[in-house]
Amino acid sequence: MTKAGPILTVVLAIIALWYVACVPMNVQETLTAAERAGVAVSPEGARERAEMGRFALMAQNSGVLGGSWSVDRARLPAPHQIVAELWNSTWNEEVYGRRGLVKSGSLSNKSLIYHGWITLSATVLGFAIGAGLGVLLAVGIVHSKTMDMSVMPWAIVSQTIPIVALAPMIIVVLYSFGIQGLIPKAVISAYLSFFPVVVGMVKGLRSPDAMQLDLLRTYNASKSQTFWMLRLPSSVPYLFTSLKVGIAASLVGAIVGELPVQRGGLGARMLGGSYYGQTEQIWAALFFAAAMAALLVALIGWIEGKTLKRMGVQA
Amino acid sequence: MIYVLFALIIWVAGWGLNTVIANGRGANTSAARISVPILFGLTVVLMWEVLVRGLNVPPVILPAPTAILAAFKANTAVLWGDFQQTFLKGALAGYLIGCGSAFLVAIIVDRYDFLRRGLLPVGNFVAALPIVGTAPILVMWFGFDWQSKAAVVVVMVFFPMLVNTVAGLRDTSVMQRDLMRTYGASYMQTLLKLRIPAAMPFIFNGLKIATTLALIGAIVAEFFGSPVKGMGFRISTSVGQLALDMVWAEIVVAAIAGSLFYGLIAKIEAWVTFWHPSQRKH
Repeated sequence: MTKAGPILTVVLAIIALWYVACVPMNVQETLTAAERAGVAVSPEGARERAEMGRFALMAQNSGVLGGSWSVDRARLPAPHQIVAELWNSTWNEEVYGRRGLVKSGSLSNKSLIYHGWITLSATVLGFAIGAGLGVLLAVGIVHSKTMDMSVMPWAIVSQTIPIVALAPMIIVVLYSFGIQGLIPKAVISAYLSFFPVVVGMVKGLRSPDAMQLDLLRTYNASKSQTFWMLRLPSSVPYLFTSLKVGIAASLVGAIVGELPVQRGGLGARMLGGSYYGQTEQIWAALFFAAAMAALLVALIGWIEGKTLKRMGVQA
Repeated sequence: MIYVLFALIIWVAGWGLNTVIANGRGANTSAARISVPILFGLTVVLMWEVLVRGLNVPPVILPAPTAILAAFKANTAVLWGDFQQTFLKGALAGYLIGCGSAFLVAIIVDRYDFLRRGLLPVGNFVAALPIVGTAPILVMWFGFDWQSKAAVVVVMVFFPMLVNTVAGLRDTSVMQRDLMRTYGASYMQTLLKLRIPAAMPFIFNGLKIATTLALIGAIVAEFFGSPVKGMGFRISTSVGQLALDMVWAEIVVAAIAGSLFYGLIAKIEAWVTFWHPSQRKH
């Protein structure tokens, strides 16, 4: 409890602040909705109100501000509205919806589970490719001095470059080859997770100190024996740290990759929401993506814990 | 086919030269350290040029490096305007506000143990989330101009910076703090003379992570709506017009801006934390 207490307090404080912030953020929409419902609002007319400050409006219309937390298309939806939207677009849509899983046998294209699955499959595929190639390149870099001196500086520099900027172009170029759907997004995901894994893995493979390497030399160990018995095991903690960074980057890559092509996925859902002013939809997609990122990172953390325990490392 | 062969020859020659330098006697000199990656880069660019020209790759798929250079030269005014809009206004303003506020919050968080135990796990959690997703919301709140891009950058850099600074402020030994106490130093004096200087390596680590995030945030936020200038805007519209040489020129600008920004922070770091083991010259 001593650990959970402060965290819980902070989270509750954030939620409370959020509810308070809803009032000034949504005051215009609240008053418009109240006016439509026939409640007297001063001043009348949305245009007059648009010229007034938020807090002046709040002071003059304190009676109707209770509607701040239930406005449709609010500038800042209240947390319970987002939770309701999340519930509606996952459970309700799939179980009760006309196009849902229960009635039609396939995932509804209006549900976050469907869009989340699209994003997740691109993320995982891209991450697997990127991390795999990253580990291979790292092995090459550790064993070839030429590769180390030629490629490593570029790998480091590439981390300071906003690679995401390439995303729209990769999509379009691959499209002109007739490749679309999962693969282009996976390529972007792979690209984003590639360099963190290379840098982390090189660090890990180099982490055995001179004493340990000398010991293996006195045993007359071959290069491959040194690799399998010393370098690879000692790189595991570094590998997992960079895998966690990599999978988060992969998810960002998949989401950004979905922006240019509106063919489903959480990124498409966010952009669609921003086109049509469906703020609750954006927030729900955002929270869904956040939960997915947290789960993916936690999953890797869990595998890390298991692996390190098997290897006998004290956690 | 002859061009593929030609490209292969370039590759073998470049790689061979690098192998000779890297395994030669002068491999550990700084000249070799700089020339090998540059040679590698040149080899790749040269192969790119030869292959694109020789195989007649259409420019809507991959423009040749010379074509990108030409687009860069022909559009310097546009590129400079985009750079101003995205980097100088959006990214830099957001970077300063985000890192500055994270630093101040970190000092408050560090002062109250309860806040530290509550806010730090939350911060660590948020730092791993796809925060670029807030871009559509912030664009809706702050409008299409650079203010919304700065807001996205603030949200993106805040938590990594916070987590790093808080970790740094705790990085003093009991001995050092005891010494300050025997001097009768106040909280402020301990903070200014011991703990903030000791936290500098961590703070700069956060600042360096934030440089990349700032550019990513500013560019991606423009994909969600922007005025008719900006690097993200130019990239997405040029992709639509299949003017890929312009996209590449814009990416070159982003790459240069990103690495210079990072380099600048790293230089300041070397100057501020000259005492740290990682900065010692061998």
